[in-house]
Amino acid sequence: MTVMAPILAPTGIDCAPVLRERGQREVFCGLTGIIWLHRKIQDAFFLVVGSRTCAHLLQSAAGVMVFAEPRFGTAIIEERDLAGMVDCNEELDRVVDRLLARRPDIKLLFLVGSCPSEVIKLDLSRAGQRLSLKHAGRTKILNYSGSGIETTFTEGEDACLAALVPDLAASAPGAAPELMIVGALPDVVEDQFLRIFAQLGTTTVRSLPARRAGDMPPVGSNTRFLLAQPFLGETARALEDRGAVRLDAMFPFGAEGTTNWLHAAAVAFGIDEMHFRSVIAPGRERAKRAIEHCRTKLAGKSIFFMPDSQLEVPLARFLAQELGMVPLEVGTPYLHRRHLAQDLALLPRETVISEGQDVDKQLDRVRAAKPDLTVCGLGLANPLESEGLTTKWAIELVFSPIHGFDQAGDLAELFARPLRRRDVLKV
Amino acid sequence: MQLTVWTYEGPPHVGAMRIATAMEGVHYVLHAPQGDTYADLLFTMIERRGKRPPVTYTTFQARDLGKDTAELFQSAARDAFERFKPQAMLVGASCTAELIQDDPSGLAEAMRLPIPVVALELPSYQRKENWGAAETFYQLVRKLADKDLRAAPREGRRPSVNLLGPTALGFRHRDDVVEISRLLGTLGIDINVTAPLGASPADLARLGAADFNICLYPEIADTACRWLEKTFGQKTVHTIPIGHGATRDFIAEVAALAGVDAAAALDDSRLPWWSRSVDSTYLTAKRVFIFGDATHAVAAARVARDELGFEVVGLGCYNREFARDIREAAKLYGLEPLITDDYLEVEDAIAKLQPELVLGTQMERHIAKRLRIPCAVISAPVHVQDFPARYSPQMGFEGANVLFDTWVHPLVMGLEEHLLTMFRDDFEFSDSAGASHLGHGSAPAPTRHPGPVPGSTAPQAPSAQPEEWTPEQVRGDVAVVATGWSPEAERELLKIPFFVRGKARRNTERYAAEQGIAAITLDTLYDAKAHYAR
Repeated sequence: MTVMAPILAPTGIDCAPVLRERGQREVFCGLTGIIWLHRKIQDAFFLVVGSRTCAHLLQSAAGVMVFAEPRFGTAIIEERDLAGMVDCNEELDRVVDRLLARRPDIKLLFLVGSCPSEVIKLDLSRAGQRLSLKHAGRTKILNYSGSGIETTFTEGEDACLAALVPDLAASAPGAAPELMIVGALPDVVEDQFLRIFAQLGTTTVRSLPARRAGDMPPVGSNTRFLLAQPFLGETARALEDRGAVRLDAMFPFGAEGTTNWLHAAAVAFGIDEMHFRSVIAPGRERAKRAIEHCRTKLAGKSIFFMPDSQLEVPLARFLAQELGMVPLEVGTPYLHRRHLAQDLALLPRETVISEGQDVDKQLDRVRAAKPDLTVCGLGLANPLESEGLTTKWAIELVFSPIHGFDQAGDLAELFARPLRRRDVLKV
Repeated sequence: MQLTVWTYEGPPHVGAMRIATAMEGVHYVLHAPQGDTYADLLFTMIERRGKRPPVTYTTFQARDLGKDTAELFQSAARDAFERFKPQAMLVGASCTAELIQDDPSGLAEAMRLPIPVVALELPSYQRKENWGAAETFYQLVRKLADKDLRAAPREGRRPSVNLLGPTALGFRHRDDVVEISRLLGTLGIDINVTAPLGASPADLARLGAADFNICLYPEIADTACRWLEKTFGQKTVHTIPIGHGATRDFIAEVAALAGVDAAAALDDSRLPWWSRSVDSTYLTAKRVFIFGDATHAVAAARVARDELGFEVVGLGCYNREFARDIREAAKLYGLEPLITDDYLEVEDAIAKLQPELVLGTQMERHIAKRLRIPCAVISAPVHVQDFPARYSPQMGFEGANVLFDTWVHPLVMGLEEHLLTMFRDDFEFSDSAGASHLGHGSAPAPTRHPGPVPGSTAPQAPSAQPEEWTPEQVRGDVAVVATGWSPEAERELLKIPFFVRGKARRNTERYAAEQGIAAITLDTLYDAKAHYAR
């Protein structure tokens, strides 16, 4: 076993000055989070109250999932609802009653706010309370906003989980410390983490969200939580309001990120350092081996992140620290400095951090910088490719298993593949 | 409120984007919240465009609502004008901006930009994508066409026409334009302007110089054509050249209007011979269900019955604006038309009819796959595979060739599967081989029927879709009354190839109900077969 350097928590909370921009933003709204959340919570249904645009967005983003009768839908607001010919709340009750009558398997219903529903000031929280009473004992009804005016892409998951928190059971007084992993992870990744924690000997480990509405974890002052995703600011605050304590760590990407993240829990639960190292050694070694073959491809290559999901900072850290890439600009829709402190501290000094977007100005910077790889959304990827730049489309980073030791190789490969393709094509 | 999982059409501003993206030198400033930019990727991904659509979204957020979203709109319009230097601008609102009532029209007018600005009123809560595209094209034509222009006297010049309707994100519009342009060239007719696809505002100004107009896609160009007819006295060609016969009719109509000899262009497709050759005999009276936009559905029905010898058993469209066309056509086939934008109703109709071929959109492709019925795509909305790299028009004589191949292909595949099923007990074949056109590694679909199968020996693959709603569950209909099948009859039913099994089950149960038979035996099955023999 190789001797590991001591794991130091970086102290530099402050990073380089951040470039803040306002203007046209080429990003998804929070409704998009439904696409993976509805797969994660198996007995939940997500009902968007919105317009045809919302339904159109969901089907464009969900692609083929729509055809499997997914657990989401849109209650499309019509002229009649706006003209006051019918009462919006009565209409909503009618839609919900019909939906629940047909889907008795639904234990948790989210009423998801959209731009139109918020502009017409349709109070979904009151509707949720009213309907919860009506369907008490069978279906719990919660609400959150996934609208573009409130949320950007992954912030939809944040809003959804934050809506779950007040509803969580309270831990028993004086209960032993428990660990909570916060953020929807693919099942396979979640299982890997649970196995490692079991080997480490941390007592109870729960996930938020759980896979079923009835299995949501309790919360209290004995709760220690690790954020698995960097976009969960509201959820973290809601958990802290209920007495839970956040364990500060890097995000679990690559060998280093995952080690640091696991270590934060190990320290908090008083796990013996030698035991910790021996438990994680095999996974850590596998991760390092798996990313090694991408390093030759990626080392020294420059990368430019356009804002999308808030995963940009920890991913740039992984690519810079573990693969030797050079991040030129790391754009993020929102920068949570406290949660990202450890990842930020490991970014090269020269890296520009930008928050928000003025898309045309940012594209000017991309063209001027000519990065080897540009991470951007699907609305920009082909246009940039046709200008001769190589791109990696960002959404895949949210939809693929990328966390933890055993996905480190896959994660590196996601960035290496577009460059390899660029080199093999002779057309 | 309408509960929706899937929608055949986007909102009307997406229709406006299709016009802006199709044209050159037009920029669309859309008052819309953050997130509405998702529509860009329809163009960059599904249609694989190498340029961003020429759309600037104001992308307002909650914090802007308290302040001046109107100011935001004006600065977005100003920046777009300076950066992109368009020759004309479209301004409008998406569904959310419609609610905050900022009046893009007045705001843009106050800016006094030195280019034509067309303000769009697209009622998002009443109308949809096709209507939005038609309205946008009409407003552009109305604003930009030079009203003093008229066609020059015909002496000593070739006739000239406008080709109207093709857009961005249009199903096969790219190749239809090529095919019809070639055809017109053969007839000795010049094209004055093709629009909106590839046209600039300057081109729209020249519309009046043509002798007449060809309306290729009524869903998009009908409104504009009617205005041109009124304003310039230009006649409109209404025949849609989809299929062999319709293409010949189209040529005759165009030649008559242009005063040219049609003979030059009648260079036939291969469809007639392919369809008459003995290999096609098995296509006779195959029952086909057709659904899509009205134009493509009506055209497909004619090709299906008259040129392939199918029996049209269902016909419908999702765009209510063209319901009349579908009703007229349905009469020709003695059918009750299906006019709906609810895919569950379409699924229901297909499940009830058990056709042998479905012609439809991306949605029908999925419905047919679930019901294990062969299917081909004839209309938008479509996915990325229906924006192919190869030349594949729907219109004209080459279009007819494409239609023949495309529609027959899944049936030939069906025959292949039929053989697999026939020889299911053969040691070298097995049901688990799956269907060839469903891609490698596809497991056979689970059989879906109302009741459990007692004594079923059919292999049940694990369903890839564990939570399907049956149409009955979704609409709360009375479930199909499961008549009692004897185990023996059930086993016999499983010997019938899967692609006619649904029909056999339906016919047998109907026969049993009519005859008042409670328990379906082997005899009932074969009595019904004889009863319904064609």
